[in-house]
Amino acid sequence: MAEIFWGTIWPLVLLIVYILVIVVPLLVAVAYLTYAERKVIGGMQLRQGPMFVGPYGLLQPLADGVKLFFKETVIPSRANKGVFLIAPMITFILALIGWAVIPFGDGLVLADINVGILYLFAVSSLGVYGIIMAGWASNSRYAFLGALRSSAQMISYEIAMGMIIISVLLTAGSLNLSEIVRAQAEQGWYLFWHFPMFMIFLVAILAETNRLPFDLPEDEASLVTGYNVEYSSMTFALFFLGEYANMILMSAMATILFLGGWLPPFEVAPFTWIPGPIWFILKVCVILFVYIWARATLPRYRYDQLMRLGWKVLLPISFGWLVLTAGVLVAFDLVPG
Amino acid sequence: MQVDQLARTVLWEELVRGFSLTLRYLFRRKVTLNYPYEKGPLSPRFRGEHALRRYPNGEERCIACKLCEAICPAQAITIESEPRPDGSRRTTRYDIDMTKCIYCGFCEEACPVDAIVEGPNFEFAAETREELFYTKEKLLENGERWEREIAMRLEADAPYR
Amino acid sequence: MILAQLVFYLLAFVTVAAAVMVIAARNPVHSVLFLILAFFNSAGLFILLGAEFIGMLLVVVYVGAVAVLFLFVVMMLDINFVQLREGFLQYLPVGALVGLILLVELALVFGSIAMEPALGGAAVSATEAGVTNTEAIGRLLYTDYFYLFQAAGIILLVAMIGAMTLTMRHRPDARRQDIGRQVRRRPGETLEVRKVPPRTGI
Repeated sequence: MAEIFWGTIWPLVLLIVYILVIVVPLLVAVAYLTYAERKVIGGMQLRQGPMFVGPYGLLQPLADGVKLFFKETVIPSRANKGVFLIAPMITFILALIGWAVIPFGDGLVLADINVGILYLFAVSSLGVYGIIMAGWASNSRYAFLGALRSSAQMISYEIAMGMIIISVLLTAGSLNLSEIVRAQAEQGWYLFWHFPMFMIFLVAILAETNRLPFDLPEDEASLVTGYNVEYSSMTFALFFLGEYANMILMSAMATILFLGGWLPPFEVAPFTWIPGPIWFILKVCVILFVYIWARATLPRYRYDQLMRLGWKVLLPISFGWLVLTAGVLVAFDLVPG
Repeated sequence: MQVDQLARTVLWEELVRGFSLTLRYLFRRKVTLNYPYEKGPLSPRFRGEHALRRYPNGEERCIACKLCEAICPAQAITIESEPRPDGSRRTTRYDIDMTKCIYCGFCEEACPVDAIVEGPNFEFAAETREELFYTKEKLLENGERWEREIAMRLEADAPYR
Repeated sequence: MILAQLVFYLLAFVTVAAAVMVIAARNPVHSVLFLILAFFNSAGLFILLGAEFIGMLLVVVYVGAVAVLFLFVVMMLDINFVQLREGFLQYLPVGALVGLILLVELALVFGSIAMEPALGGAAVSATEAGVTNTEAIGRLLYTDYFYLFQAAGIILLVAMIGAMTLTMRHRPDARRQDIGRQVRRRPGETLEVRKVPPRTGI
């Protein structure tokens, strides 16, 4: 009996605890990301942002959550009920399961799998399903158009993203996220080696998470928020949480690939005292700030311009860079592993 | 020229300029007015909620000349009058339908005795229409409540009239 | 080990059930969604086999891209699928024949493995010890099968160019946006500020 407990049940319990340790702070982070977004955008528009719920409006996300929770879930009568209800769950779950492979510090990772980066890429490419299912099942023109735009957009930018990731992989010589960070400890952050790719990656993750200036799927001016028009209450909240959790996930991905994950910026005394996970979180916050900053700065792209940018600008550049990287690595005999 | 253009494009010059602008604005002083707690300045000529004034000795100013009723473009004012026992002419009824009023201020301008004025109050929203059909009592009460401010405003605006 | 077996049976059951639903579902979009579920579960089976690279690729390529396009097409199609199904039974003999051939072939494969265990033995371990999946595939692909790999690439390239040529339309009268030119324009080239005295015009 004891053997079964220690051998089978105990690891399961531990696993659940680990998952909770990741997911609960993540959801809090999502809530406060919405708060930070409103504050920062408010600040850039010379407003104050939320101010009245709690000190400095700090309880605003909670109030929003409670409000959404007590609203009525409306299911359109001509909607495809099953798919309609599954879509937000898929979005939310996909936004969470990506975190299984994210290393927060040296060895601080739930599943240290060999194909970590592929797993992340797969999860982000699955994100399209939540949106396209929602758009189709809503049985609404706006929602469907939003879903079509979104899926075309996400697939297009994924390709450029894939090329960028391959450049990084070639330099690091591993698909394991922890190994990629460790490689950066020796070689220096890839931010410096692959700077143009870092910038393109930032653009691509904006498009991948449907954020401004690429938020055409939920373009309120032409599509009245697109794929989630018909959603209300908790189903809407799941989309919302999923979108923001995805933003954090993509920021974490950029941090690991280019900003050296948990590594301190300089290997000297005051920086090395701060533990790795703190550095990791700080870097993620910086990228999230860029996300919000872009939203406050840039107007929305026109759809054909968006496609042109993805296919005719970002893809050729990242492809060229990939060839260049491979060429340099082979020419100077730097291929790792 | 070409090289210059190329450099600008490659270095994302326009994006950098735009982003730095928004970043600078982030650290500027906020212009928000927390409305119910903070209020912006009001001109002495601001035309808000109506009030009927009294003379300092307590006698109501309105002499029921009905000039305001006549000039009101929205026909929001209704006046009925009767001589009082002491022989002076006073209103028996002075109603303003605040849902009709367009706050043009003509009544104020037409009044020969400064009886009807538009005060500084703009926070008189009500939950029912009936509450916005102002009667003489309501208007006189407004006059008493806002008299100090109305007097100050009239004084401040007097040099320009 | 028990856990692995449980997971295997779960994934296998869902795969088979989803595959059945692909052909049984009345709504074609549901069919595609079940197909995606089947893909996803087979990716899980690959991972269980220790072939995590192929499993992930299955998700990225098939689920993440191919099936989305599938879904796209099916959603956009305006076909009365009920009508299409009416002639279902008349294809039954052909379908049954194909199914029978497949069954016989499978039986042959498994029968030969049962006769000669050495044939099936190679399939048990996906990689040698100490070599990751990715490396193992890379070694094979870029050494032994290099030419075939290149040939596959060229075939895909031909298909891609073919698709482009087929859909390409030259429309000389269409006015296109030249973004480079737009970006190059400076206010100085197009704007001129003039002081116009009143009542004169330019």
